[in-house]
Amino acid sequence: MRNKLLVGTRKGLLIMNRDGGDWEVESAHFEAIPVVYAFRDRRADTIWVSLDHGHWGGKLHRSRDLGATWEEVEAPKYPEGDAVPPDFSVPAKTNYIWLIEPGGADEPNRLYVGTDPGGLFLSDDGGDSFQLVDTLWHHPSNMHWFGAGRDHPGTVAIQVDPRDSRHLTIGISVGGVYVSRDGGESWEARNRGLYADYLPDPLHEHGHDPHIILASPSNPDVLWQQNHCGIFRSENGGMQWRDISDKNGGPAGFGFALAIDDQDERVAWVAPAVSAEYRVPVDRALVISRTEDGGETWQDLRAGLPQENCYDLVFRHALDKTGDTLAFGTTAGNFYVSDDRGDHWRCLTHNLAVVYSVRFM
Amino acid sequence: MAQVKFTPNLKRFFPDLCECAIDAATVAEIVAAVDDRWRGLADYIIDEQGALRKHVNIFVGDELLRDKQTLSDRVSADTKIFIVQALSGG
Repeated sequence: MRNKLLVGTRKGLLIMNRDGGDWEVESAHFEAIPVVYAFRDRRADTIWVSLDHGHWGGKLHRSRDLGATWEEVEAPKYPEGDAVPPDFSVPAKTNYIWLIEPGGADEPNRLYVGTDPGGLFLSDDGGDSFQLVDTLWHHPSNMHWFGAGRDHPGTVAIQVDPRDSRHLTIGISVGGVYVSRDGGESWEARNRGLYADYLPDPLHEHGHDPHIILASPSNPDVLWQQNHCGIFRSENGGMQWRDISDKNGGPAGFGFALAIDDQDERVAWVAPAVSAEYRVPVDRALVISRTEDGGETWQDLRAGLPQENCYDLVFRHALDKTGDTLAFGTTAGNFYVSDDRGDHWRCLTHNLAVVYSVRFM
Repeated sequence: MAQVKFTPNLKRFFPDLCECAIDAATVAEIVAAVDDRWRGLADYIIDEQGALRKHVNIFVGDELLRDKQTLSDRVSADTKIFIVQALSGG
């Protein structure tokens, strides 16, 4: 159970804690700057933050003293002459840093960074410097990548297998799922079973849109994916995906956010919206949907959430879980917590800016 | 004739929009032709300079349109055209 939270918003970073009582804001950082992602790398006890200055570009900062002081780290840079897929007419530059992920426990200095326009970067010196993972950036399928939500493709999901640090699963939006078994030297697409209704051939080998991919901590062969076209689950590391969107008329289908149970590979939570074309909560009511049977059935969890006149969406990195506690922030600046696996929710504040990222630290 | 399909989302604005066959040499001619049939549709696809709107994609066969400024990509009798919105977020 973790008793601190990192909340990245359009107007800065909040560190929240619940020492003894309910969650309270402990400190605010990077005020007025959009904080895209923030997480604590427990291997080195370092907080990493991705900023989106807009005018000044995407930046990386870290704190080695739990937020007391911060230092800027040189952001990843694309090699001179590189251009953006799929038409390679635009010079590649780091527009946005979607997320930062630690390498495995046996590689304490490795970090991964996912960026817009689609490049994955890695560091082997604790984040002092980053190199583009050329093998993925130049993958022969990259002419099938394109922008979604933003102008260019983005690396939005990075999963390192806790049993084998050389086993990487990457999600590119739009591009699809890529897996490496050799630490990033080679990659293969893993999109079988997914569909993409925005492509001429929805079952094409490439061009899929994973909004987020997470591996089950209790069995990393079980992957979950909130995709543009539904919710998908794989029991074999992405070799085959199965559509587990709610088939019984419930809302679980389109969405961005996803959380997986630490102990049970059959249990997950999503934050549904109507559809790609109607990006609003279903019936203007906020709901978190939970499955406890690997996606066969879904329960809609509404207690404590607004059920009328609600336009809150939950972005892809804005839902997290520790023990029985879940927390999420919304596009309308509301922040909700549940201490019973989503059965009951309470609102901590209505007054944040757009929430981009929620991570227990 | 080229077969032209549209994202279902455009039916929100053009309820009788449907797949159609167009005799044309370029994608630009196709856009002009569908605008003749569904008046105003071209304004959803291209801007006033004739360039593809930023958040619209056109597939020519399985490939994305190359010339986004003048839509000069050639089409043949058996080309399949798919006009979709880019996947805009949030």
